[in-house]
This record gives sequence, C-alpha cells and structure tokens, in this order.
Amino acid sequence: MIEQFDLSKLVFGRLTWDAIPLHDPILVATFALVMIGGGTLVTALTYYKVWGYLWREWITSIDHKRIGVMYMILGFVMLMRGFSDAILMRVHQAFAFGDSAGFLPPDHYDQIFTAHGVIMIFFVAMPFVVGLMNYIVPLQIGARDVAFPFLNNLSFWMTAAGAGLVMVSLFIGQFAKTGWLAYPPLSGILQSPGVGVDYYIWALQIAGVGTLLSGINLMVTIVKMRAPGMNMMKMPVFVWTSLCANVLIVAAFPVLTAVMGMLTLDRYLDMNFFTNDLGGNAMMYVNLIWIWGHPEVYILILPLFGVFSEIVATYSRKRLFGYSSMIYATVVITVLAYMVWLHHFFTMGSGATVNSFFGIATMIISIPTGAKLFNWLFTMYRGRIQFDVPMLWTIGFMITFIIGGMTGVLLAVPPVDFVLHNSLFLIAHFHNVIIGGVVFGTFAAVTYWYPKVTGYRLDPFWGKASFWCWFTGFYLAFMPLYLLGFMGVTRRMSYFDDPSLQIWFQVALCGALLIALGILCFIIQLYVSYKNRDALSDKTGDPWNGRTLEWSTSSPPPQYNFAFTPRVYDIDAWWHMKANGFVRPTDGFMPIHMPKNTAAGIVLAVISGVFGFAMIWHMWLVAGLAFVALLAAIIIHTFNYNREYYIPVEEVEKAETKFLEKQVDLADTRFAANKTEVIV
Amino acid sequence: MSINKILRNIYFPVSFILLSGCDTVVMSPSGDIAAQQANLLVWATGLMLIIVVPVIFFILLFAWRYRAGNKEAIYEPDWDHSTSLELLIWAAPLAIVIALGALTWVSTHKLDPYRPLDRIAENRPIPEGVETLVVEVVAMDWKWLFFYPEYGIAVVNQLAAPVDRPIKFKITSTTMMNSFFIPALAGQIYAMGGMETKLHAVINEAGNYDGFSANYSGKGFNGMRFKFIGMPEDSFDEWLVKVKTDGKTLSRSVYKELAKPSEYNPVQYYSAVEPELYESILNRCVEPGTPCMKDWMTHHKGDHSTSAGAIIEGKTSHDH
Repeated sequence: MIEQFDLSKLVFGRLTWDAIPLHDPILVATFALVMIGGGTLVTALTYYKVWGYLWREWITSIDHKRIGVMYMILGFVMLMRGFSDAILMRVHQAFAFGDSAGFLPPDHYDQIFTAHGVIMIFFVAMPFVVGLMNYIVPLQIGARDVAFPFLNNLSFWMTAAGAGLVMVSLFIGQFAKTGWLAYPPLSGILQSPGVGVDYYIWALQIAGVGTLLSGINLMVTIVKMRAPGMNMMKMPVFVWTSLCANVLIVAAFPVLTAVMGMLTLDRYLDMNFFTNDLGGNAMMYVNLIWIWGHPEVYILILPLFGVFSEIVATYSRKRLFGYSSMIYATVVITVLAYMVWLHHFFTMGSGATVNSFFGIATMIISIPTGAKLFNWLFTMYRGRIQFDVPMLWTIGFMITFIIGGMTGVLLAVPPVDFVLHNSLFLIAHFHNVIIGGVVFGTFAAVTYWYPKVTGYRLDPFWGKASFWCWFTGFYLAFMPLYLLGFMGVTRRMSYFDDPSLQIWFQVALCGALLIALGILCFIIQLYVSYKNRDALSDKTGDPWNGRTLEWSTSSPPPQYNFAFTPRVYDIDAWWHMKANGFVRPTDGFMPIHMPKNTAAGIVLAVISGVFGFAMIWHMWLVAGLAFVALLAAIIIHTFNYNREYYIPVEEVEKAETKFLEKQVDLADTRFAANKTEVIV
Repeated sequence: MSINKILRNIYFPVSFILLSGCDTVVMSPSGDIAAQQANLLVWATGLMLIIVVPVIFFILLFAWRYRAGNKEAIYEPDWDHSTSLELLIWAAPLAIVIALGALTWVSTHKLDPYRPLDRIAENRPIPEGVETLVVEVVAMDWKWLFFYPEYGIAVVNQLAAPVDRPIKFKITSTTMMNSFFIPALAGQIYAMGGMETKLHAVINEAGNYDGFSANYSGKGFNGMRFKFIGMPEDSFDEWLVKVKTDGKTLSRSVYKELAKPSEYNPVQYYSAVEPELYESILNRCVEPGTPCMKDWMTHHKGDHSTSAGAIIEGKTSHDH
C-alpha cells in the first residue's frame, strides 16, 4: 500500500468513468428522466423561491408532524422506484421464454430483484411505518412532540441518506446482485468483488442508525410522555402496537448492524466470519440476519394492526371489541417474533426436532393474530359500518391477510416448506401479507389521517378507484404465483424453458399493471383533492367522529399540538370527552416551551452519506476526512445550547381562537347529534 | 346477474385454478417422499380452512348486515366485551394449532430428510436385499456433479436412479449456497460449502424429471438445471454401462478444470473417479497442500475420529 502511494487512488478509490453505466440504454433513459425531472423541480423551487421556506420549515424542522410527513414522502418516492423495478421484473418474466431471453440482461435483472426487495422493505415500508408512528403517536398520547426531537430529525435524514445511496447505485456503479438479504458466500468478496454489496451494506448501516434512534425515541416517548390519566391499559391500540414495534426495532436492529459489520470485515479486511474457509460459516450469517429479519416483518405489520383497530372502531361507530385481548395478542406476537427465525431456512438441514420447534412456534403466532382478526370482526358486529375508503382498505386487508396467514402457516410445516421453499409460492405468500397488510394498511392510514395532516379530506371517488385497482390487481398478480410455486418454479429466475408457464406470468403482469393503475389513481386522488380542498376541508378537526386524542386538535394541528395537556379517563379519550360535553377552553393560555429547529440532522446525514460513498468506492482519504468531519460535527452540535424557545401566549391564543371560530357553528349540531346517538 | 350466473362465474376460474393446482409437479409427484409431503400440504390446508372459510364468510356477512344504511340491524355502540366470545376467539385457533402442531411434529420427524426410508411407497416395505443407492451431490458454479461411489462413476448435470430403490444423497457445494431440489422426487435441502446435508428419497415411476437449484447462487444460477431420470433396473444397468464406456476419467486436474465457473453445461460422463475426490471437495482440500477441514478441525478438538461433515452435522442435526 505505502509503496504504491497514489493520490488519485486515495481520492477516487476504484471510481472511474467506467462505473457510469452508459452501455445500458434503460439506465441512460432513466438517468435522463431523473435529470430532467429533478432539474425541473429544482428550477421550479428556485423560481418560486421556496428553498428558504423548505429549509426553515421542513428540512431543519424537529416538529414530529413535519418529520412524519417527510417520512411518508420519502416512502412514496421510493415506492415509485421499487414499483418500477417490480414492473420491469414482471414484464421481463412474462416474455423470457423460448427464443426470447427477455429484455433485461441477467446482470441487470439480478440487480433489479435485489434492489426491489431492499427498497420495498427498508425504504418504502419502513419510512411509511415510522412516518405514521411519528405523526400519530404523540398526538394520540397528548404530547407536544417526541422525547428527543432533534434525534427524530437526524433519524429521518439518516434514513434518507441510506435511500440516497441506493439511488446513487443506479447511476454510479452497480447495486448488489445477491438477493435482498445478501447471503454469503455469494455476497463475499470472492464471489461479489464489485461495489454492489458495498452499496447494500452502507445504505443499510446508515439507514439502520436512523431506524434504531427513531425506535428508542418513540419508545421513550410512549413510556414517558403520555397525558395524565393515560395508563398503559388506556393507551390507544395504535400506540400499543407502535410501542411493541419499537421494542422490536430496538432489540432487532443492532443484530442487523452487527451482522453487516461482520460482512464488512469479511469484505474489507479479509476476515472469515462467513466464508467457506478458515472456520467461517455462511449459515451464521443466515441465522443472524433472520434473527433481525423475522422481527422486522412484525415491526412492519404491528403498527398497521393498530391502524386497522382505530379504523374499524371509528367507522363501525363502536368501541373496539376486546381491547385487552388485543393488547395481550400484540405483546404475545412481539415476544414470539424472536422465536421463529429458523423457519426461514428449514432446508438448512437442522434436525427434525429443531425444525418442529420452530414450525410449531410459528403456528402459535397465528393464535394471537387470529384473535386480532376476530376482535376486528366483532367490532363490526352490531356496529353501524360506514364504507369510507379507509374501511374498504380494512375489509380488503382482513380478507387478504387471512389468506396470506394461511399460506404462511402452511410454509411453517417443515416438510411442506421443503417443497415450497424459495418457490414463487413463497413470493406470493409474503407479498400477500406485506401488500395485504402493510400496503393496504398504509393507504387506509393515509386516507384516514389525511384531513388531520392537511386540513382537507381525500376525494373518495379516486380513493375507491385506487382501492379496487390495488385489490383486484393484487389477486391477479399473486394468485398465479401461488400456482407457479406448485409447478416447482423457483424465485429469481431470469429465463424459463417450459412454455406452459408463460400464460401465468402474463396474468401476473396484468395484475401488476392494474396495481400501477391503482397507484396512478392515488396520485390523481392527491391532485383532485388538492384542487377541491375548499369543498373537502375539515374545519372541525374531527371529520370522522373519531375516538382518540388526535381528533381533538385542529386540522392540521398547531405546532404545539395541545394548548393544554388533556386529561384521560377512557381508552377512547376523545370520544369520552365528547360524550361528556367537553368545552374547549378559551382563556388561561400559557407560553409553550418548544424545541428549536436545527440543521445538525441533515449535516450529519450528508456527511454520513459521503462517508458511506467513500467507503463503497475505497476512497480512503475522503472516507477519513468524512469520518473526522462527522465526529467534529457531532462535537460542535453538543455546544449548541440554543435549543429551545417559548411560543408566546398571544400566538397560542390566536391559533386556538381561530380554530374555535372555525368550528363554532359546526360544533353545536355535531355534539347534539352525538348525544342522541349515545342515547339510542 | 342471477345468483346461478354469479356462482358459475366464480366456479369456473376457481375450479380451473384448483384443477391446474392439482395437476402440478408438487401436488402430484412421482416419488413417495414428495407424495407424502403433498398429502401433508392438503391436510394442513384443510385444517386451516376450517377456520379461514367461516371467518371470511363472517367478515362479508357482518360488513353487509351492519352497514350504516341498514337501520334494522341492532346497534350496540358500547358493547366491547364478552367472555364467552373471547374464549372462543382464543380457543378456536388454539385447537387448530394443536392439531396442526401434532401433525407437524410427527410429519417433520417422519419426513426428516436425514432419516433412512422404511418403505418405498404406501403399503410397500423395502424389498429384501435391496441396497440403498448412494449419490454424492456437489453443487458447483453453475452445474451439478453427481458421484456414484458404489460404481466409481460421476456425471455432470444428469442424475439417474432405478425405480423403487431407496436413494441416499450426500450433498455439498464448492462455493455458493444452492438448494438441491427435484420436486417430483422429494423436498429440497441446501447444498453448502464445507458442509454436508443428507436426503433420503425414492422414485416410484419411471420418467424424466426436472432437477435444479432452488436457491439463487449468482450469475449462472438460471442454468443450474438437470434431468433426473427414473428408470427400470435393467435400463439403469444399461445407463451405467454407457457411462462406463463413454466417460473420461475424473482426475484432480480434470476436476479443477470443471470447477471453474461455467454456465449451461452439457451432460458429461466420467467412467472413473479419483479416490476420495468427494471427501476432499467436502473438506475443501482438493488443491494439493491445502489442509483438509476434518483434519484441522479435529486437530483443534483433539479428536481424530470425526469428519468435518460429521462435526457440522452434529451441530445442526443428529444422525439416524
């Protein structure tokens, strides 16, 4: 190394002009599109002079609501990317038969299925879930922000930096060609010498820091910052499921960090944790990554279970059935989530007893999950169900998820898994639960809380159109995959010999296109709703006659959420307040102590991104400088004592009066209606 | 649309999918182990449908009956608890899981791939005097190498076995992790470098079946396919003769050439095999001068009697 001292190597590492994939027309076209789109956006932002606003009000914001919204936007942008990958794969597989090898070269195809998985889990589903928790949890527990507002901003930007690295890999170098969990020895340095796996590692490490910090943050928020009177068994179900999800994050993500760290050591320093030789064992990686990976799926689904509980109760206009059994079910799932990881690799050759243990443990999870389904069912029982869009998503979820659950339990029977493992049946199963659960849940949640966030409801027509496209599209896209699994078709194939399979892939493609239409409907819905925002506006703050505290605030809520910390007497705190003739206070306001915005989050995230990029390309000098800069920035930030301020009384008063005036004529009629309802 | 018409519209696609599902290699295989696995799949599905079908039915029923527009239906906004219902809610899935758990425990042990066969098909015990055929399987980049130690031959990308004779596969890999899978014969099991997994199976019908790697292993994964030929005893003998006459010798140097990454390899026969070649692939010491895993691993343990494969196996499983 010393004798070959070469400055340009230290600065640029292995990055050369060859790393720009000019040979691939698909990528060049995408790049051109991104450049044109991005250029237009930047020009527009500059022209309308919104940079200052964005910087002050969003980028440096430590308001949990703003950060929640930014998470959702990140998730949606990345959904576009991940879904483009899905369409590419579906089109490719539908035509890669006989004489045609499909339009994607294997080298590109392998990157696409890897990127699709990584993006959908880490940069779509995770931001959606974390974003929802960020926005809703503090409002539901009557808090003014999360416990560590700055960390919250940092978490978001670290996640965004990870997503950024994945996006950069599209145009500079390559992404991993290993599958979304990057099993060694394939992901080892001998088999994957390029930058792909390094992009994977550093994107996940940087985003992982964000996720872990956010997990700690929300956990502390829920444990320490609940409104007086809200004991653990009076928390809204969404808060409970969020708490459990964050406990899972805090316990599981360090495992991912460690296993990525070991893979890094294998790749960068020739160590042998997971190699075939010198005592290394790849199966240790497989175990470790699933010890993170299985809880991860519960991290994704649990908060959405909470969402469905809120929605079912609200639109059935009824208390949630079996609150405490719902909570116990959630906790049981949380604990069991750690005890089933081996069911992802029964085929490793563990003994029958080990396999049976993990198989049966997996089945046991279906008991609390089944209990949850029954509880939603009996919440609907003797209710007055309004089929608003969130409720449609919920019923779609219940039907779809139970099928996904059934195929999941099927895969938990080891001898059955031996014939279906790694087949398209497996692919159909996890899309069944992730689309049917996480995606449907996210759309339900977005529609449900949209008026809270923006002050106007979403247009129901396009919402229904989006739902039906997604719902039928899902079945059309994935039922054929179940069948193909029975035909012994393995995942990650880029070419097929057997022409009889083709029809099913083409049906699946139609399904994927229908889902694309669903996404388009959603975008139209956003646009149409924005155009009609006056007609759709929500002046009451409580458009659905909600049950929990977030509906007691104005839409959108003031920066400080609650002028007075509410006192909680019931699980459905707001419902209880309404039923008891709650009157909004008009005086006695106090100045409100709030945290100040800071640029430290984005600065640290950008430096981390640069550090990651330098490590990926072996730019040792840049990496060293970035690391020093990172430490320096952290230290400098600790000397920032100017972190808080008071919102003056006048401002609070003004905001509260404005809200009161807006709803003054609406309020009487509604409370009157409510009271008669309760009497009936 | 009349109810009849609706039902017909649902019935045809559903029955079509079900029928095509039944006709698949996984659901109607040709080997006893795979057949038992398919059978188990049907039973497990049936058990779960006991609960899944009513739940879906009630979701739709309640959604319809308690729609806001139906003022006839009872409305109880504060009803949120019922001990007997709670009991049912937890007990019903529990009952199913107990049944399924018992089925899982028994079937997992009975269909453990490490367990030698005790029959060749339902009501057909292994005939007297039939010896188990041993095949040593090596997943390579990106092809399959099969050793027949009993006959001293080896074959690339083709596997033949006599009908109704129990087979014991010993499986390893040179580099990547693959999964050895012949859906018509039996479930899959991973092929991993430096480790040995086992699979016992039997084919009951003569035929040409697909075999492949069911675990993505990089660039050439797509072409890692072979034909598994189940053949009558006499055809198998002819096949052996053919391999013996057509084949070359698989020496260490030929093997090293073969081990280089390649894709879509044609079938290749080897009439003779350098002794202990499979053992040294498993122990990662084909290259002269490299220490064998079993030696240096046992050196650390101070026990010279176990092989590397056995150590790994001892960790993750148990020998029957």
